[in-house]
Amino acid sequence: MTVDSSTAPTVSSVAAASLTKRGHVDVGDGVFRFALNAAAVAVLVILGAIVVLLFKGGFPALKEFGLGFFLSTDWNPVTEHYGAGVMLYGTLITSLIAMVLAFPASLGIALFLTEVAPERLRRPIGTAIQLLAAIPSIIYGMWGFFVVSPLMASTVQPFLTSIFGPIPLIGVLFSGAPVGTGILTAGLILALMIMPFITAMFVEIFTSVPPVLKEAAYGVGATMNEVFRAVTIPYGRTALVGAVMLGLGRALGETMAVTFVIGNANRIAATLYSPGASIASTIANEFPEAGPGSMKLHALLELGFSLFVISFLVLALARALVRNRMEG
Amino acid sequence: MKMLDRRLLTDRIVRGIASTLAVLALVLLAWILWTLVYRGATALSLSVFTEPTMPPGRNGGLANAVVGSLVQVAIGLAIATPVGLLAGTWLAEMGRGRFADAVRFVNDVLLSAPSILIGLFVYELLVKPFAGFSAIAGAAALAVLILPVVVRATEDMLRLVPGSLREAAFALGASHHSVVVHVLWRAARAGIVTGILLAVARAAGETAPLLFTSLGNLGWSFDLDKPMASLPVTIYQYAGSPFDEWVALAWAGALVITVGVLALNILSRVVLAPRGKASK
Repeated sequence: MTVDSSTAPTVSSVAAASLTKRGHVDVGDGVFRFALNAAAVAVLVILGAIVVLLFKGGFPALKEFGLGFFLSTDWNPVTEHYGAGVMLYGTLITSLIAMVLAFPASLGIALFLTEVAPERLRRPIGTAIQLLAAIPSIIYGMWGFFVVSPLMASTVQPFLTSIFGPIPLIGVLFSGAPVGTGILTAGLILALMIMPFITAMFVEIFTSVPPVLKEAAYGVGATMNEVFRAVTIPYGRTALVGAVMLGLGRALGETMAVTFVIGNANRIAATLYSPGASIASTIANEFPEAGPGSMKLHALLELGFSLFVISFLVLALARALVRNRMEG
Repeated sequence: MKMLDRRLLTDRIVRGIASTLAVLALVLLAWILWTLVYRGATALSLSVFTEPTMPPGRNGGLANAVVGSLVQVAIGLAIATPVGLLAGTWLAEMGRGRFADAVRFVNDVLLSAPSILIGLFVYELLVKPFAGFSAIAGAAALAVLILPVVVRATEDMLRLVPGSLREAAFALGASHHSVVVHVLWRAARAGIVTGILLAVARAAGETAPLLFTSLGNLGWSFDLDKPMASLPVTIYQYAGSPFDEWVALAWAGALVITVGVLALNILSRVVLAPRGKASK
């Protein structure tokens, strides 16, 4: 992750500078440097343009509905009244379910890949799990819709209801008609999609723990489990949180898989079985019906802008956490 | 002794849980792939690659979608690779200080920005102000997706080139650009190509950025100003349709795209980067 950057560029710039003094440098170098600079600036310009265009596109909706846009759960194309409440809820709750499921799973798999598995199997199994991250999201969507959802409706949801149903407060989450597509299924698919991503970062963090620390713990008789809990986890704690947040950032913006399985209904219900909508799924679904210049298009762009802001904040925080640990 | 037994038992349980989770992940991977093979292979035939999409009731294929995807990914790649290569080189060669940190951060933001927002952005940038949905807009959206991957891969790979190689080249009197082009890029080539392949794999499977840019097209079109079909968007349209033969074609397309994407991934991981440093 971190690479020694201190020596090499210094050498090249010193050498380049001395060449310039002696007048040996052809015009090529100037052009080359200009091209490099321009490309770097282009990266900044693209992001700047994304921010500006999304903000500008969504601004009429913000002006029309004010800050109530983010609280209102009313999304009504007939009365032309749009609010982001349902989508914000759907985005956050599906991502939350995904985190709750993916975090322990990633922790376990990363532990398996770094400590438990025989040396020979680590690479092939690690690669196989990373292939899960490479499968396009539309495939997860189709698999989720045609295979997982029916299974959720017929088996998993009735089973969950029979277990959690009688428990007060929690029972409400697992109540209602088991229709298959809905918030819970979307969260489940998201969990599977971000798990390999988080696992890869966990593996990297676990392997960055100095062997001396672990060996010292083993030396006083600790078991693998105790070394993991007392050395590895505390050593990488901040970075682990950062890695989870990077995974969260992915879950928040995932579009196609969620669009297939969330059920696409503009309402909020207490039960996790109910269909809902996320910001990304709403944009994908409703865009074809939003003509240029319509208030609906502005509302969708404002949704897009808020999604951008949310994922930006999550990324910035995650990056700070991961980096702190790497520098400290 | 009892205490020790308990500790060893806990250890064994934790190992068991970790192994179970890993096996579960592998089972899920196998399940997804099996679903694709099982449902896709039955619908897969030569006509899928030779016939264009047809109205329901007539046996069409996906040829125009496959070609459309290839065209858009190729153009996107042609736009993003030079810019990404140069920007990544800038970060590796001159990227120190506050401005470089900003570029790096912005590149990370681009890398993790939800792809549907890239679609919205290109819609606002190219589709709305100009003549409407077009293949070139789709390609531009894919380029924005590919760019940050190439930047990151280039910077990481160039930083791995030993300083002695660079110094030797400078000692021979080579100019900065010939050192970069003839020594550094060449030394880092395998890693950079790996990064580009992974970016292509990612872009080829993306649906969301194409929905509002190249839109999809039910017939052949090679006109870059016009909407163009792409495999992911066609799969999306067909999978949600009420016609059985369209859904079957969607599965065939899903199988094709997954095999392609996974093959690119395995190729880049196993063949080009055996040490796995570039495999992210």
